[in-house]
Amino acid sequence: MTAKKITGSQALILSLMEEGVDTIFGYPGGAIMPIYDALYDFDKEVKHILTRHEQGAIHGAQGYARVSGKPGIVFATSGPGATNLMTGIADAMIDSTPLVCITGQVASPLLGTDAFQESDIVGMSIPVTKWNYQITTPEEIPEVMAQAFYIATTGRPGPVLIDVTKDAQFGELEYKYEKCKKIRSYVPETSIDPHQIKAAADLINEAKKPLLFVGQGIIISHAEEEVRTFIEKTGIPAAWTLLGLSALPTDHRLNVGMLGMHGNYGPNKLTNEADLIIAVGMRFDDRVTGKVSEYAKKAKIIHIEIDPAEIDKIVKTDVSVLADAKKALKMLIDNVNPNNHENWHNEFKKCDAIENEKVIQKDLYPTKPGLTMGEAVRIASEKTNHDAVLVTDVGQHQMVAQRYFHFKNSRSNVTSGGLGTMGFCLPASMGAQLGAPNRTVIAAVGDGGFQMTIQELGTIAQNKLPVKIMLLNNNFLGMVRQWQQLFFDKRYSFTELHNPDFITIGKGFGIEGHTVDKREDLDASIQKMIDHDGPYLLEIKIEKEDNVFPMVPTGASVSDIILEP
Amino acid sequence: MKEEYILTVYSENHIGLLTRITNVFTRRKTNIDSLTVSESALQGVFKFTIVVHCTDAMAKKLVSQIEKQIDVLKAFYHTNDEMIFQEIALYKVPIEPIYESDKIEQIVRRAGARILEITKDYVVIEKTGHKEDTQALFEELNEFKVMQFIRSGRVALMRDPIERLSEFLKERDAFLTSLD
Repeated sequence: MTAKKITGSQALILSLMEEGVDTIFGYPGGAIMPIYDALYDFDKEVKHILTRHEQGAIHGAQGYARVSGKPGIVFATSGPGATNLMTGIADAMIDSTPLVCITGQVASPLLGTDAFQESDIVGMSIPVTKWNYQITTPEEIPEVMAQAFYIATTGRPGPVLIDVTKDAQFGELEYKYEKCKKIRSYVPETSIDPHQIKAAADLINEAKKPLLFVGQGIIISHAEEEVRTFIEKTGIPAAWTLLGLSALPTDHRLNVGMLGMHGNYGPNKLTNEADLIIAVGMRFDDRVTGKVSEYAKKAKIIHIEIDPAEIDKIVKTDVSVLADAKKALKMLIDNVNPNNHENWHNEFKKCDAIENEKVIQKDLYPTKPGLTMGEAVRIASEKTNHDAVLVTDVGQHQMVAQRYFHFKNSRSNVTSGGLGTMGFCLPASMGAQLGAPNRTVIAAVGDGGFQMTIQELGTIAQNKLPVKIMLLNNNFLGMVRQWQQLFFDKRYSFTELHNPDFITIGKGFGIEGHTVDKREDLDASIQKMIDHDGPYLLEIKIEKEDNVFPMVPTGASVSDIILEP
Repeated sequence: MKEEYILTVYSENHIGLLTRITNVFTRRKTNIDSLTVSESALQGVFKFTIVVHCTDAMAKKLVSQIEKQIDVLKAFYHTNDEMIFQEIALYKVPIEPIYESDKIEQIVRRAGARILEITKDYVVIEKTGHKEDTQALFEELNEFKVMQFIRSGRVALMRDPIERLSEFLKERDAFLTSLD
């Protein structure tokens, strides 16, 4: 490309075009106005979604990134605009979501003077960004933008924040853009050590009770097919983490369910019976491991992971493979022996039968009067032919939805896993809808989280995003209430909510909806929500004091998972 | 078991990197005993020498999380036995005792220290060594009421004859060139 003189703002927008950006979430303000002015000329190339709050913008970008596999782009102004991004940045960091956040900043002569709307967003975001950088001259823009995209999207993906001073936005440069292909101090992927693959394959071939853990790394590295081939060849049962959900079809015969605190009975109980754990693209979150000192004591551990800092961080491994999951699994597939592990599978089936009788049937096909979250989730999954994108908030409904929604396709599950951000769902669902415009997006949200970012109903309405909002309303901060019931002697300290008329609020934003509180109306109500042309808010009044089981109590071993209080 | 470790970190010279690195210790609630930063023998490569008291497992985790920072080239951790290390200390002592006896001069000679500056009011003494050496000199000089005292962070070199960073950078450059 030949060099031409343009403003820093124009260079920034052209850089985004070079990286194939088609959607930006943002909120304008004084310090980012030149960039917005430059964006005005690109309304055919790029869609800008004006959210109602910067937190909505960044969760929107997260939803877009998780569903599309492309980086989410966020614009915000300086000071409060930038700080309002922080929750989403932290969320994206822990959930490995690629984001490029552009924040405006006061002019460079004013830096450090407590100028109007000045905040040290670079300093503040250091602990929660994969990388950040402050641009103070227009000449830096193309190279830094290229680096930002490279860093955000390679290796273990994550959020990058680029802070651009106003004078850098106004200033001119001779623009030339080259995509970043390497950085001396950052090598996101190195070659796989074949000895480690051989060592892993030997352990797999010798194991009698092996168990595979499927993490989000499978989705990030597009290794869904390799995982399926691997388990079908070896006969190894596979369990998924919260963010690994949808990487493997729910009904695959070797899929044994979810790990962790509210995961399934079998994979939790039998983790401590397994003689080999093969963890791929997951990080042994404390919600998965429970009490680490009692965790998987009979098992050797193979950890396939692209982030070297995750290896041996929580659980000591016997063999670690520092690699992209897809490449490692391809090599492993060639080195492992066919097997079926029938007896080992039967142990999972026994656990499934117990869980089914004690928990699942009661959740999905209840006979008691109040509606359950489980039956609502089951019907929504069935009505969308198990082909929808599910976006959830945080709390009881999240665990229920993750347990009972069925998936056929990868990248169908968007949730805030590591940070557990309430308010995530509604904005993330609009991002998911933009990332997958031809798919049905169901936003399953609780009444607490819904009210944290309820203003994004305005963004959904303005952009005519046909998100199906399934509000599971129990007039409680349900998960905290459950813990208060179980561990704080039923002292329900400040968890009951006196909620507004949500349907009237939705209509005020121009979103149709209705409320259902009777079982005989639930099926038709969910059908009506899905069939509606455009966004829809279905409020489902569920039983007030329902609990999520099974549960691994805090500090307990995963094998001490309980099925009922 | 906790013991003293020396972490050496090689990095690009980017604004904010010091915060990124020290933040790794903050998150792990691990105190930094001393920290020295300067340009290394390799042009453009900066070296952090960080001393911490922690377990071997924690030292490993600190290094891996420091290496995860984008602008860090490489980080190592070592026990004291693996390193040659020094600190420098400066002592400002009133001049009068020197006029009155040769005690301070004897202490300075015995400690292998040297006098940097003499004024009509004070004398500045410099001592290079391990912390216990510089601290011992402080105790002796403080008999004469040390007016000011400062000890630097540690600087350290590996005893290993192989320059690990050079080897690492050669491999890294070859790998990056192979991407072209």
